[in-house]
Amino acid sequence: MVRFIEVCKRFGKLQVLDNVSIDVEKGIRTAILGPNGSGKTTLIKTLLGMVIPDSGDVLFKGESVIGKHKYRREIVYMPQIALFPQNLTVKELLDLIPKLRRQSARYDGLIERFGVNEFMHKKMNALSGGMRQKVNLVLAFMFDVPLIILDEPTNGLDPVAVLELKKLLREEEEKGRTIIFTSHIMDFVQQMADRIVFLLEGVVKFKGTVEEILQETDSSSLEEAVASLILKNQKVKDYA
Amino acid sequence: MLKIIGYVIKDLLRNRWTLFYLLFYLLVGFAILIFSGDFSKSTVSFLQIILILTPLIGTLFGVMYYYNSRDFIELLLAQPIRRRDVFIGQWLGVSVSLGTSLVLGLGIPFLWYFAQYEVAGDQFVLLLLLGFALGTIFTGLAMAVSVSTDNKIRGFGYALVLWLLMAVVYDGFLLLALIAFRDYPLEKFALIATVFNPIDLARITILLKLDISALMGYTGAVFREFLGSTTGMILASSVLILWMLLPFALITLIAKKRDF
Amino acid sequence: MRTFITSWCWVLLYLTIVNWAYAKTIKVCHNCDIRLIKQAVELADTGDTIIVLEGRYRESNIIIRVPDIVLIGKGRVVIDAGKENQAVVVFKSPNVTIKNLTIKNVPFNSTEELAAVNILYSNGYIIEDLIIDSTFFGILVEQSDSGIIRGCTIRSGSSIDVYEATIGNGIHLCKSNYALIENNVITNMRDGIYFEFVSNSVIRGNYSYENKRYGLHFMFSNDDVYVNNRFEGNGAGVAVMFSKNIDMHNNVFKNNWGMSAYGLLLKEIYDSEIKHNVFIRNTTGIHVEGSARIIYEENDFVENGWAVNFLGGSYDNYFYHNNFIGNTFDVAYFGRINNNRFEENYWNKYTGYDLDRDGFGDVPYRPVDLFTYMVNEIPETIVLLRSFFVQILNFAEQVVPVLTPADIYDPKPLMQKWKWSGS
Repeated sequence: MVRFIEVCKRFGKLQVLDNVSIDVEKGIRTAILGPNGSGKTTLIKTLLGMVIPDSGDVLFKGESVIGKHKYRREIVYMPQIALFPQNLTVKELLDLIPKLRRQSARYDGLIERFGVNEFMHKKMNALSGGMRQKVNLVLAFMFDVPLIILDEPTNGLDPVAVLELKKLLREEEEKGRTIIFTSHIMDFVQQMADRIVFLLEGVVKFKGTVEEILQETDSSSLEEAVASLILKNQKVKDYA
Repeated sequence: MLKIIGYVIKDLLRNRWTLFYLLFYLLVGFAILIFSGDFSKSTVSFLQIILILTPLIGTLFGVMYYYNSRDFIELLLAQPIRRRDVFIGQWLGVSVSLGTSLVLGLGIPFLWYFAQYEVAGDQFVLLLLLGFALGTIFTGLAMAVSVSTDNKIRGFGYALVLWLLMAVVYDGFLLLALIAFRDYPLEKFALIATVFNPIDLARITILLKLDISALMGYTGAVFREFLGSTTGMILASSVLILWMLLPFALITLIAKKRDF
Repeated sequence: MRTFITSWCWVLLYLTIVNWAYAKTIKVCHNCDIRLIKQAVELADTGDTIIVLEGRYRESNIIIRVPDIVLIGKGRVVIDAGKENQAVVVFKSPNVTIKNLTIKNVPFNSTEELAAVNILYSNGYIIEDLIIDSTFFGILVEQSDSGIIRGCTIRSGSSIDVYEATIGNGIHLCKSNYALIENNVITNMRDGIYFEFVSNSVIRGNYSYENKRYGLHFMFSNDDVYVNNRFEGNGAGVAVMFSKNIDMHNNVFKNNWGMSAYGLLLKEIYDSEIKHNVFIRNTTGIHVEGSARIIYEENDFVENGWAVNFLGGSYDNYFYHNNFIGNTFDVAYFGRINNNRFEENYWNKYTGYDLDRDGFGDVPYRPVDLFTYMVNEIPETIVLLRSFFVQILNFAEQVVPVLTPADIYDPKPLMQKWKWSGS
């Protein structure tokens, strides 16, 4: 469904993405992992056309996305930091985005699941971080689209909401949706991801299933596996 | 794009600054008409507002609105909307709101005045149109500047410098040039120089209405040709419209290459 | 003025006596015994009346050689000179009246000034209600005193672009005093009204517009009055030159545009009064050159390019209670001060206050701004007119005059528009 082909991106002196090639298959939940500044968000943004690769290409359904916009009808993106116009109410926002996308959306069930219905008529700038994140989630799941991209979806969520999110993700997978997400919570990843891509300083250090990464690093948990990958890389650097 | 323009306008309607701007114009409009004694003096005062303030306010609003809605812009960019449309939509939305404030803010006092005294309305309508155009151009230029830099302070700085250049400094240099090269034929140069500054262009357009008696006293042939007919006004206003396309091109171009 | 009226009384008395004694009437029409005006004129004796009945008369060079003739049209009488010669000439015949005729097709001639009506050495003429169309000169009066030209309409009939020299003047008086020029409409001529060496005369209620050169042109003509005239859209406006004791009252000077177009050009004019005139939308309202002892009182200068333009050699000009409204430049001034003064005028550009509420601004007004100088020195700078930068310069110059004459100022600028006294 999505292919990153030798994507390179440099911001000033910083090589953010270095020859990144990844395939994401349809109906698969892929987690992109990596420490802060490893290029996860930038990678996602190249798919969304928000960041334009210096070289390489990004394909969606076999076609390059660069310079195009219509393909985004089939993608919903939930950004890391909730980016909303501040003086809209939640309801206004939920009604605005479908209009801008020219797509119908159903959010009645979703707002109940996340408790958003309780503050539907509050303005965005009156909401707490957690509340915003819930609105963010509703926005992400209210469209019937094949690809959902979530950047740190668990940020600021209370445990009940996280549970609800997990449930939701499983349901979506059953519907055949493709999901790409990033997260710092390794438990969450271990439970939710079919495949893992590990990025370090813009380079893909690992791609495969959870089992494969555990095997390869000889670890018992994903947390351990990731830590060992980071350390290993540091050693290589030290020797070099 | 229309939806974005519509959204921005709605957004600005709730914005305190838009209201402030409208009230400011209302106040200034009434003040000028009441206190300046006669209409021709008011027209000159309005002219200065149109030439100096509308570009400034356009600049400030352009920068402010862009940086304040950067989050929302990112949200929009992730939607199936053409990149150009996102930015142009923002620009036009802000311009239309500002322009409406201007037209209402100065138009209402004028209508009130017009109801009492018999004065020529065409000059005033021209002033409003030019104000609208200048506001739009400078909002666009400010946005182009803002889109090209993430640093808010720097963006503000550049945009203000651009305004200052166009509104004041440019004419200073033009005057210096005219004095320095006074021994050469300068007609064409002087005319062409105004084309490169939308504020000057707007000024010349209104001069053709306001000061035609004086302009007709000018000796040069090219000048007379240009100023002495309606061609001059049509030409000046069409170049002004071309100027409105410049931010469009700039924003499209800059936005195309930017990462968000 | 008194001499003028007295001489008129004598003329009227004389006319009455002569007519009562001899009068005979000659009729001219297409079916009459006399079919040509020329024939009638030859038959006429002193004091006779020639009545021309309605119709078109194709004749030219009708010369009246006896005094006290009345030539009058009944209905629409057209004298068509057929581009051959001048139409009617009055030669050495005083007290001739010509009335109610339409005269057409007097040709251009490069050596002779051919006119529709030419009065030569004939005092006491009365020319009334003529319509003169397609003519070289309109009414030409030479060496003839105490005449009246009234209610005539004169136009050249030439297309707009014809060269100035092929068109003559509408009403042209030369060396003819005590004239009354009243309620005429003149357009598309070279000069609408031209006075050369004409003294003690009155020009009143005329409308002279869109003439190629001047609406009114005065040379070496003293002790004249012109009132209630309108001069509009003339190539160069109105010029009054080399004359003294002229009263100019209640005239309107409007839309005279061009690089050397003036609402009113004063050159070498002395001891005159300019009062209750309106100067509106002229390139230059009044241009003053080498003129002295002139009083400008209660005039309105509205939306002119330059309301008043002073060139050198002018003394004791006094501007009092005038209104300066919406002019691009109020006063341009070159040369020395020479006791030219501005007092108690209304300047709509004045921005001072009247804190003591005496009706006058607390700070003097300086009507000459820096930019006026710049435009004079480097004409191209006019593209910077009303530019913010220029405003700043002007303001600085107002506060600390460096280049502009510090002595030209109105010490008591009015805060309100001045209302004219009853005229």
